[in-house]
Amino acid sequence: MNPNLFAFSVVAILSVLSALGVVFFKNAVRSALSLVATFALLSVLYLTLDAQLLAWTQLVVYAGAIMVLFLFVIMVLNLSKQPALIERRDPKLMLATLLGFGFAGIIGVQVVTPLLPPSEIVKDPVLAPNGFGQPQAIGMALFTDYGYPFEAISVLLLVGIVGSILLAKRRLR
Amino acid sequence: MGWIHDVLAAKGVFAALIRAVLWAVPILLLLIPAIWFERRLLAWMQDRRGPNRVGPFGLLQPIADITKLLFKEEVIPDGVDRFTYVLAPVLALMPPIILGAGIPFGAYGVYKLLTPVSDLSVGVLYVLGISSIGVYGLVLAGYSGNNKYSLMGGLRASAQLISYELAMGMSLACIVLATGSLNFTSIVRSQEQPLWGISSLSWLQNWNVFTPFGFLAAIVFVVCMFAETNRPPFDLPEAENELIAGYHTEYSSAKFVSFLMGEYFAMLVYGTVFATVFLGGYNLLPFNWDTVEAHVPALGGLCHFMAWISNNLAPLWLIGKVAATLFAYIWVRATLPRLRYDQLMNLGWRTLLPLAVADLVLVAIWVLAVSTYGAGWGMVIAVVLMLVGLVVYVNIVSVGRRKSDPLASRSVTMVSIAPERVVIPEPAEVQPSGAG
Repeated sequence: MNPNLFAFSVVAILSVLSALGVVFFKNAVRSALSLVATFALLSVLYLTLDAQLLAWTQLVVYAGAIMVLFLFVIMVLNLSKQPALIERRDPKLMLATLLGFGFAGIIGVQVVTPLLPPSEIVKDPVLAPNGFGQPQAIGMALFTDYGYPFEAISVLLLVGIVGSILLAKRRLR
Repeated sequence: MGWIHDVLAAKGVFAALIRAVLWAVPILLLLIPAIWFERRLLAWMQDRRGPNRVGPFGLLQPIADITKLLFKEEVIPDGVDRFTYVLAPVLALMPPIILGAGIPFGAYGVYKLLTPVSDLSVGVLYVLGISSIGVYGLVLAGYSGNNKYSLMGGLRASAQLISYELAMGMSLACIVLATGSLNFTSIVRSQEQPLWGISSLSWLQNWNVFTPFGFLAAIVFVVCMFAETNRPPFDLPEAENELIAGYHTEYSSAKFVSFLMGEYFAMLVYGTVFATVFLGGYNLLPFNWDTVEAHVPALGGLCHFMAWISNNLAPLWLIGKVAATLFAYIWVRATLPRLRYDQLMNLGWRTLLPLAVADLVLVAIWVLAVSTYGAGWGMVIAVVLMLVGLVVYVNIVSVGRRKSDPLASRSVTMVSIAPERVVIPEPAEVQPSGAG
């Protein structure tokens, strides 16, 4: 087996397994932990792609902040193991399964096709240009070429924060 | 000596392993003096003797402490969540050690090859990322214990560490903006430049703590550093008079020791990060010795000597700065009482975070002013802006204080030791009620 393919498949399979764990663990804390593992493995994938800034940002933001808050909430709610409430013959379930598998198929085709045997990427991977994924390069791109979308997203996030405060603080004076 | 260079210069796994060992082993060994230092210094500050029986000056006490803890019976309570219970101590112990992988402890001669373990281009982000993984050790320990006290400890830990990580990230962002790099090696190198970028001050080094915005960021960073390592006055997750032992209530023996050691490693490594980012890293004194020699040729011999020891004994100076940080940790522990939960949140979100963000704006203006008006005027503008900001801030705070309830503000009133004469007011004469 090609070493490039081997390295990729180990990380990819592990991350898919841990992502499945998020769904299939009955215990909410286990689910949250396997989501953390998924994020960590994704950032390993980013590292293999030379995207260092993205990898560490992923770890700081998702594993470090968001998932800790999730755990906080799970621990406060004190969820116990509850029997799953699934209606049999629910049309929603059918539709969700169909859409889910469809989406997985679309992504799977994108990922797997370039890796199949007559592939150039596996045999001779294209190395990233010098400076790729470095903070300087990303900063330049964000604040020049993508300046407008960047600012638009920041306004969107601000609106989200203000809205959530408005919803949480019912008692307005 | 040539073969050492050859081995280390090779960018192989072997060289990387040697560098990793050269980072991890000193940290592991520094644990012993750190525990001794804390116990003796705390005893001195609290006016008692401290451990002085094992070895000269009690120097071997840490070994005795750890041996005792390790040989205790290992109890795994029945109701614990096994997997997370075992995972938590590992997560508490490992992140602090690998946190410092990007930190250089020397830059000249052989140190260029020995350090840092990995010259990460995103070193500051790496520190933040790994330290955020360290939260899981505490949170999972609190959860897995199946004990309400440890659960409350874990909850407090998650809330506290998230709040303070934000302010810590912002204070580091100030330095990153001023330096223009996330890489620790270049952060240290930029601190060897002339002070404030003014060429006539080139005999002084531009340590970040000497710049006005760097000083502000350093204060924010130090407070956040105390909170991130769960040291008093931020030891709410293990507040023993409220929560028994907090998140590690259900742990014993080796697993308990790993929490203890993790805390000390975190203290040491955060101290190293602080020294590297704000205190000029591995430089002994904030002087550029060759420039001093050029200015005052009479001091030439001294300058040669100082430059030599500054370059060749570089790790020692870094350890010295870490020891100074450790002293601050212990000093604060001996001085300040533990914060209340609301005070903790107020300090993190309403004082430190706005301060750090304001500092970031200040640094941005300084960078702009330097590129427009030159280094000297840039610094003048920064200082003036900082003073204006300080006046505005003090006014805002004083307005806020008047409105809020007096319990919310944290203050200590000193009481005179000498008993004052107690004046008992004369009872008012009882008026005969009516004429009978």
